[in-house]
Amino acid sequence: MTTSSVSKGCFVFKPVVKKKRKILGAEDYFVDGSDDVENGKLRFQLCQSLWQKMKEDIECMQEDLNKKMLDGFLEFIRKSAASFWSRGDSWTSQMRANEIPTAALVLGVNMPDHSITFESMIVQLQASLTPFIVSVQAKECGALKQLMQKVLQRLMGTNITVDEDEAETELGVHNNELPQKRVNCSLDALCDWYRTATKKPSGKSPRKRRSCSQSEFPQGPPVVVIFRDLEAFSPQVLQDFILICSQYVQQVPLVFVFGIATSPSTIQRMLPHSVSSLLCIELFQSLSCTQHLATIIDKLVLTSKFPFKISAKVLQVLVGIFLYHDFSVCNFLKGLQLSMLDHFHSQPLSMLCCQKQDALLHAQQLSHQDVERIRQLPSFMRYVEKQEPEKQVQLLTSDERVKEVCQKLLKDLRSYHKNFYPVLRCLHVLTSILPKYPLGKQIRELYVLCLEKNVWETQEYESAMQLIRMLAKDALVTSLQKCVDILKCCKSKKLKEEGQQLQGLTATFQKLDSKIIPVDSKYVSMVNNHFLTLLAMKECRRTRRKTPYEILRNHVVDYIDSLVKTHLCLPESQPLYEVWYYSSSGTVRRHLNATPRTSIQTALSNPYCYLQNEALKNESGVISSTAPDICIIYKLHLECGRLINLYDWLEAYITVATAAEGKDLSAMEGGKVDKLKHARFIRGVSELEFLGFVKSTRKKTDHVARLTWGGC
Amino acid sequence: MNRMPVHLQHLGYADEQLQQVTGLLACREAQASTLLALFGEPEHYSYPSIFIYGHRASGKSHVVLTLLKELKMPHVVVNCIECVSPGLLFERMLLSLFGTLTMPLPRGPSLSDFVRLYQQLCSEQPATQTRYIVLDHAEFLRDMSTNLLPGFLRLQELVEDNVTVIFLSKIVWDKFRPNSGCFEPLLLHFPDYSKAELQQILAQESHPSYSPELYSSYISILLGVFYSVCRDLRELRHLAALNFSKFCEPLEKGEAKEGDTHKLWRNIEPHLKKAMQTVYLREVSSAQWEEQQQKEEEEVRELQGLSAYTHMELPYYSKFLLIAAYLASYNPARTDRRFFLKHHGKIKKTNFLKKHEKTSNHLLGPKPFPLDRLLAIFYSVVDSRVAPTASIFSQISTLVTLQLLTQVGHDDQLDAPKYKCAVSLAFIRAISRTVGFDVIRYLYDFL
Repeated sequence: MTTSSVSKGCFVFKPVVKKKRKILGAEDYFVDGSDDVENGKLRFQLCQSLWQKMKEDIECMQEDLNKKMLDGFLEFIRKSAASFWSRGDSWTSQMRANEIPTAALVLGVNMPDHSITFESMIVQLQASLTPFIVSVQAKECGALKQLMQKVLQRLMGTNITVDEDEAETELGVHNNELPQKRVNCSLDALCDWYRTATKKPSGKSPRKRRSCSQSEFPQGPPVVVIFRDLEAFSPQVLQDFILICSQYVQQVPLVFVFGIATSPSTIQRMLPHSVSSLLCIELFQSLSCTQHLATIIDKLVLTSKFPFKISAKVLQVLVGIFLYHDFSVCNFLKGLQLSMLDHFHSQPLSMLCCQKQDALLHAQQLSHQDVERIRQLPSFMRYVEKQEPEKQVQLLTSDERVKEVCQKLLKDLRSYHKNFYPVLRCLHVLTSILPKYPLGKQIRELYVLCLEKNVWETQEYESAMQLIRMLAKDALVTSLQKCVDILKCCKSKKLKEEGQQLQGLTATFQKLDSKIIPVDSKYVSMVNNHFLTLLAMKECRRTRRKTPYEILRNHVVDYIDSLVKTHLCLPESQPLYEVWYYSSSGTVRRHLNATPRTSIQTALSNPYCYLQNEALKNESGVISSTAPDICIIYKLHLECGRLINLYDWLEAYITVATAAEGKDLSAMEGGKVDKLKHARFIRGVSELEFLGFVKSTRKKTDHVARLTWGGC
Repeated sequence: MNRMPVHLQHLGYADEQLQQVTGLLACREAQASTLLALFGEPEHYSYPSIFIYGHRASGKSHVVLTLLKELKMPHVVVNCIECVSPGLLFERMLLSLFGTLTMPLPRGPSLSDFVRLYQQLCSEQPATQTRYIVLDHAEFLRDMSTNLLPGFLRLQELVEDNVTVIFLSKIVWDKFRPNSGCFEPLLLHFPDYSKAELQQILAQESHPSYSPELYSSYISILLGVFYSVCRDLRELRHLAALNFSKFCEPLEKGEAKEGDTHKLWRNIEPHLKKAMQTVYLREVSSAQWEEQQQKEEEEVRELQGLSAYTHMELPYYSKFLLIAAYLASYNPARTDRRFFLKHHGKIKKTNFLKKHEKTSNHLLGPKPFPLDRLLAIFYSVVDSRVAPTASIFSQISTLVTLQLLTQVGHDDQLDAPKYKCAVSLAFIRAISRTVGFDVIRYLYDFL
């Protein structure tokens, strides 16, 4: 900004009052760029409500999953607090060294995921045991001072002075929120505070620990200090802190919580015996993240509850990111949410992807444009082709007819899914007991297989069926019983009947004479050893007369086979499947598993890809003079070795750049470099340096070192 | 060997008072009488600074504090670990010596501020007796500002008051002496307790419902097992308390009488041996240990110690990154060509296997390697094609946070960071077994 003043000095500029821009909501971004705004808004709402429902389910589920560990943990805190107050009564507790009760929570390697566990833990603690909870992270506690300050500040809610210089600078920040009371940063202060806080009813001091009254908690609630990421703490800081706290453990019931990402032996690695002997450590192990994922998939993906589905490719991408990269359930859910959002955004017909009644209603209100879109769906086209000629004509000409058929098809799609998942589970129950898991150990593997092609046409399925035909009676009967339970629980009437039939078959197994069985169980034990010999044995057995058990078993297998063939056909074969299924795995991968380096290299070597300028289109390998400077410089540097002479590089650049202007090269022969080009070159080089392709080197002053390898 | 208790004798204090103190200071009579002699009569000036050192739980603070408390000398005890800033240290001293501060310490006080304020307060309340300042864990003073230790050593001279500073430390004085020299304090060493002394001290605190003789025999059994590994009085007392109920079990059940020493010994000895491997090392917490004792023999399942849980789940590529990091740390860089190139051509065997390099890599520990090398090895050991995605790089930093890798030197990400692998061979073998990778074949040391 400029002033009209001629003298130097400080000037005050009042902010120019700008007109308030309308703040765009998520909805506006969602419909942005689409032609049918109303439709877009509807889809956005559908998406939101569907996600809301899923989220509720997820939260319920995660609570259940963590319940066991959290219950144990709460019990531990309760016990340690109780033992603090009852100490001094017995001879043993007088003789015992003062140990700080410590809960070591092993939470798995993905640390961002821990926050869910910690949040719910803190909520539960606050609800039932103690209002005095501090949670600290390693990055805020580089030194003992800061750790003490953080702990005291969060517990007492006051400003703590550690070093007077620091306090001064922070004063302004805290002035508004925190009462100015000079409290020393020592645990003495904490003890005093604890004594007053537990004695007095909290009503007296207005700014004390929320509104919950002390009487809710048992007498003398413990002070819980949570170290969220133990590995990242500096061992020295932690040791000193524990040493200090152990001096005060008589006066305040302290409890530590260590969040451990790797393994409990970290504690021993970080703390010497003299320090770890001050702790009374109990271990709590959370559910492994793979099990967590399996539950999530089971509840969110393998269910007909939610109409939104992801295709095999997308599921594979998401599971792949989980297994190969991060082990993060949160990221998996984010990926699911992203694909859902993209589905509702990119597929105009996704307004039919909702609960049954709404979907039927929306189907009735389809616009002409949407009907056209339906007609263009590949699955619908296939469906039309299968109809008789006059019906085909109707479907292609009459919008009303399409709407009617559409409603019917939506119902079919729903009932297809209702049958699909229970049968899938049955098949998994039967095949997951087989040696070497021909159809996958996890149900998601089987699911992916079923989504990719008709499962009964695969080799694996065939071998699985052969193996089932060799199962011993007890294994077969128990898994059949499980299948019956699954089928009986599901809503579809048809499957219930199937369940009845299957139960009948299972019952006949039990009636069979048990004398015949031992032969078979011997075979099955051999299955583990040698699959081929087994097949050979089966071959020779064919000549022998079959026992009633074998006959019945074959019958059951045929029955299962027919069940699979009727219900596990490809979703793609269902008309309107595009409405429910999201299949653009590329988008998901691009968004979730970004490759910044590849993008940068593409941008530099092939600027057309991003700039979409026709002039830049050319074959690779040629250095186009019309490209941006940085691209030219990048391409030139690819031709060099480990060290690049800057002057040579500049000359090469100028050659290319002058060629662009169409001037004669001899113009610069005089040895003088055009200043403008020189500046452009330097800017380009520093941009490359910023991107991490080159760096200056001390070996030769007029050279830069390449940081990447490989030529063009 | 029953030593005759040495009676403390001092002119300044009443005899019965001293007698009482002696009772509290078992096996430390010699040190106590030296200290008393140094302190002199209450009104007399004492030596300016006394430095007491000895191992953990050798009775340093106990002796000093008992003397000061029982003989009612004015004193202040400050724990130096707690004092994160000198200001805190000064304030504590002044507060407990003089009650209230008439004038607050300035921000970021220096030693001279402290001395000034001390003198001021002292002129208001002149010392009638020697004042004692006890600095516990004095080794932490060394980390504070450099003038603090020399200042406290000659505090008497600086404040011109009858004051004595007592330093308590686990470390010998030689490790304290500043380069520039200082006032030398009087050194007093507290030696470790001998076995007999430990026995005597521990036996004093017998269980109220059992006879002292029984407890004494229990202690001698306990010492028989633990004395070879642990001489820490505090730890031994803790262990004694933890295992005493087990010792008494036959007595409770009526299977043995107090006189059946052999029977009791047979009962407790294996139990103590087990305790040595578990609860003493804090593999099993003492609460869990006690809980286990209360259960019946049959239902006791083996409690797993902390170090039993070494298993760790990692994402697939993280495992390979870790393996690559291990290989980069323990293989000389020039051998990479041999391990990771399919057609590495002929490398002369004599040239390749240099004698002095052989077998020493694992003894020397991990060496730092640049990021490029890590990625190059990673891409050659991982069997599938992996896109260089952002998450590969973030996995490297995750491994650093988990302390499986450590970053060496500057932490500028742009400027070719260097790492070291911080896991053991056993760990990496376990990891590579889960991904079906034979790590030994790629290690130069095992060729």
